Amino acid sequence: MINHKQNHFELFGLPLRFELDLARLEQSYRGLQSRVHPDRFVQASDAERRSSMQASMRANEAYRILKHPLARACYLLELRRVDVQGESSAPMPPEFLERQMEWREAVEDAAARPEALTHLAQSLRGEIEANYAELARRLDSEGDVAHAADSVRRLMFLERLREEIGDALERADA
Amino acid sequence: MALLQISEPGMSRAPHQHRLAVGIDLGTTNSLVATMRSGIAVVLNDADGHALLPSIVRYSADGNTAVGYPAQSELARDPRNTIVSVKRFMGRGLKDVANAENCPYDFLDSPGMVQLRTCAGVKSPVEVSAEILRVLRARAEAALGGELVGAVITVPAYFDDAQRQATKDAGRLAGLNVLRLLNEPTAAAIAYGLDNAAEGVYAVFDLGGGTFDVSILRLSKGVFEVLATNGDPALGGDDFDHRVYCWVVEQARPAPLSDEDTRLLLTAAREAKEHLSYHAEARISARLGSGDLIDLTMTQKTFADVTRTLVQKTIAPARKALRDAGLTIEAVNGVVMVGGATRMPQIQQAVADLFKQAPLNNLDPDKVVALGAAIQADVLAGNRAAGDDWLLLDVNPLSLGLETMGGLVERVIARNSTIPVAKAQDFTTFKDGQTAMAIHVVQGERELVSGCRSLARFELRGIPPMAAGAARIRVTFQVDADGLLSVSAREATSGVEATVAVKPSYGLSDGEIARMLQDSIAHAADDAQARALNEQRVEANRMLESVTAALAADADLLTANELDAVKAALDQLGVAAAGSDRRAIMAALERVNKITEPFAARRMDRSIHRALAGKRLEDMRF
Repeated sequence: MINHKQNHFELFGLPLRFELDLARLEQSYRGLQSRVHPDRFVQASDAERRSSMQASMRANEAYRILKHPLARACYLLELRRVDVQGESSAPMPPEFLERQMEWREAVEDAAARPEALTHLAQSLRGEIEANYAELARRLDSEGDVAHAADSVRRLMFLERLREEIGDALERADA
Repeated sequence: MALLQISEPGMSRAPHQHRLAVGIDLGTTNSLVATMRSGIAVVLNDADGHALLPSIVRYSADGNTAVGYPAQSELARDPRNTIVSVKRFMGRGLKDVANAENCPYDFLDSPGMVQLRTCAGVKSPVEVSAEILRVLRARAEAALGGELVGAVITVPAYFDDAQRQATKDAGRLAGLNVLRLLNEPTAAAIAYGLDNAAEGVYAVFDLGGGTFDVSILRLSKGVFEVLATNGDPALGGDDFDHRVYCWVVEQARPAPLSDEDTRLLLTAAREAKEHLSYHAEARISARLGSGDLIDLTMTQKTFADVTRTLVQKTIAPARKALRDAGLTIEAVNGVVMVGGATRMPQIQQAVADLFKQAPLNNLDPDKVVALGAAIQADVLAGNRAAGDDWLLLDVNPLSLGLETMGGLVERVIARNSTIPVAKAQDFTTFKDGQTAMAIHVVQGERELVSGCRSLARFELRGIPPMAAGAARIRVTFQVDADGLLSVSAREATSGVEATVAVKPSYGLSDGEIARMLQDSIAHAADDAQARALNEQRVEANRMLESVTAALAADADLLTANELDAVKAALDQLGVAAAGSDRRAIMAALERVNKITEPFAARRMDRSIHRALAGKRLEDMRF
C-alpha cells in the first residue's frame, strides 16, 4: 500500500531538510491517510485490512516525527548516521552546563508563583527559538552535522525544561 | 474461457444497494440507536415513540428479562435484580467499583471483571450490556426491515483497554458485527461538524450519566482530527444524584434505609436534579417503607453548593487536554456540549467561564452521540461514494508501557498518539544465562508501576542463554483503530517470539485511573526522585552480582588484604542499596568501582591471555 523502504521525507514527497513547509506536510499526511486508513478497508479482506493498518501506522509515526522540530532534527541526524545521544559525542561546553544550573534554580525558585513561571516560560521561548534558528542554519545551509548535534542536545534540555515549567504552572493553577 | 465469478454468500450486493448499518450510544443511564435515512441521521424510536432506552435490565426467576422502561418500573420494588448503570462495571473488578457498598447488588468478585448474582443466575456486566444492545438491534431491524450489516458502538474517550474490550465483547454477544468502537466526543463532533459545516478548533465537553470526557478536535474540510482527549471515567450525572441524595438524608435524618427506600430516594434525587435545570427550586417528596414522609425543597443555589466539587473535577481535565493539544483557550472556536448532565446550569456556567465563551447547545445533548455514530457507521459500511466521505483521526487516551527493573514504567506509546499506532522498544536481559523474560503491560501516566493500571502479563521463554545485556528483546505495542492494544515480544538473535492480544486483568479502581493522570502532574517530582532511587538500586544490584561472580571465578588474582577490602566495600554497597538514600548508594557504588579497578585490570589481562591460548573471551566476562 505504501513503500516501507522510503524514509519519512520521501513518504510525504518532501525535500530532505530541516526547514519544512508544515502546511504541505499536513496536506500530504492527510492525503496519504485518506487512502490507507483502516476506516477505508472495514469491508475488505483480512490481508488488505492488515496492510491498511500497517500503512496507517507508518504514516502516523512519520508524521509525528516530522511535525515536531526536535524529533525531525534527530531523525535527520539519524539518516546522516550521527549519534546524538551516543558516548562518542563531544561533551557539552561548561557555559551551557552552568546555564542549565541557572535555569533549574530559577524554576525551583518560581515553584508556586504563576507570574514568575510565566515570565520564565517567555524568556525560555526566546532561547528555544534562537537555538532552533541556529540548528536550521547548521543543518540546511552549513551542513555541519557535528554542531547540529550540539544544538539538538541543548534543545533536548530546553524542551524538557519547558515541559517542567508547564507542569509547575499546572500545579500552581490547581 | 472466462471463469464464472461466484461471490461468497452474503458478500454480493447490487451496486447501489444500501447496506443497513447503525450507530449505538450505549450509555450509563440511557441508550439509543440511530441510522442514516435519505442522507439524514435519525434516532430510531421504539413502538411507543420513545427514543431513549433506559439502560436498565431486570432479571426474573421465571427466566424473563425486561429491558428499558418495563425494567425501570420495577426498580424500586426489586432493586437487587434490576441492574442500572451497568456501564460502571464494564471491565472492572469489585475493588474498582466506586460506592459498591451503596449498590443493592449481590456482587461476585471474579478475575478480570466483577459479576452480579441475580435470581436468574450469575451475570457479567458484558451479558447485561448485551441485553440492552439486543433490544436496540431488534428495534433497528424492525424499523429498517432487514438484517444489519454492522454497528458502530460508542465508548467514552477515556475508557481504557479493559473497558473497550468489554464493550466490543458485549456487541458480539448481542449478535452485532462491530464495525468500530468510536469515542463519544468524536461521534458528537462528527454530528455537530457536518450539521454546521464547522471549521477550526472545537472542544467537546461530554458529561454523561457516569463518565466525563473532554476532547479537543480540529475540523477542516473532510478531516476530523482529535488533537487530545482527557477525562474521568467515574464522573457523571449519577454522582450529582448521589450528592442530592446525601443532602436529603442529611436534612431529613430518616431511620436506616432499606434497599427499596434508597432506590426511591435516588430516583427522587434524580428528578429533582432534572427539575433544577429549568426551575429555581425543586420539591423532593417521598413516602418511605416505614410510612415516614420526606418532604423537602431544594433551591438551585443549594444544588450548586452541594455539587461544587464535582463541577470542579471537570476543569482540570479540560485544561490538560488543551495543554496536550498545544493550544490556548483563545484558540478554541467553539465548545460543543454533550450528555444530559451538561443541562445543569452550574455546568454551563463553569464551561462558559473556563473557555470564555457561551457553549453550543444546538444539538440535543442526549442524541448527538448516537447520530454521529450512525453517520460514521454509514461510511464504514461503504454507503458513501468516494469523495463524499471524510477522514477521522482519533487518539489513544492513556499512555501504554512496560514494567522495567525496580518497578519503573518504560513508556512505549504516549497518550494522545494518533491511532492506529505501533511502537517497538528494545530491552535486554539482566542476568547471565537468563532464558525467560516476564513482560508486564501497564496503562497510565505515573512513572511507577504501582500507580498505573495493570493490563496483562506474559512471558517470553526460550531465550538462548547469553551474557547479561547481550540478548536483544524487541517488544512491540500495537493499538488498532478501535483503540485496542496487542503486544508481542521477539528475541532478535534467536527469533523466539511471544504475542498476546491484551485481555486485561483488573488492577485499579475507576477513581484511581482518573487520579492517575491528575496525580501524574502533582507527583512528577516525587516520581522523579523515586525513579532516581530505583535506578541507583538497580545499578547497585548489578554491581553486586557482577563483582560476586568475578570473585567466584578469579579471587586468586587478589591478595588477602585486597580481597577483604573488596568484600567490605560490597557489604557497604549491600547495606546502602537496602536503604533509601540515593546519595549513599552512589557513594558506595563509587567505592566499589574504585577498589575493584586493579582487579578488573588483572582479570582483563588473564582473559586476554586465555583467549590467546584458544579459549573464548565470552567465558571470561566480567
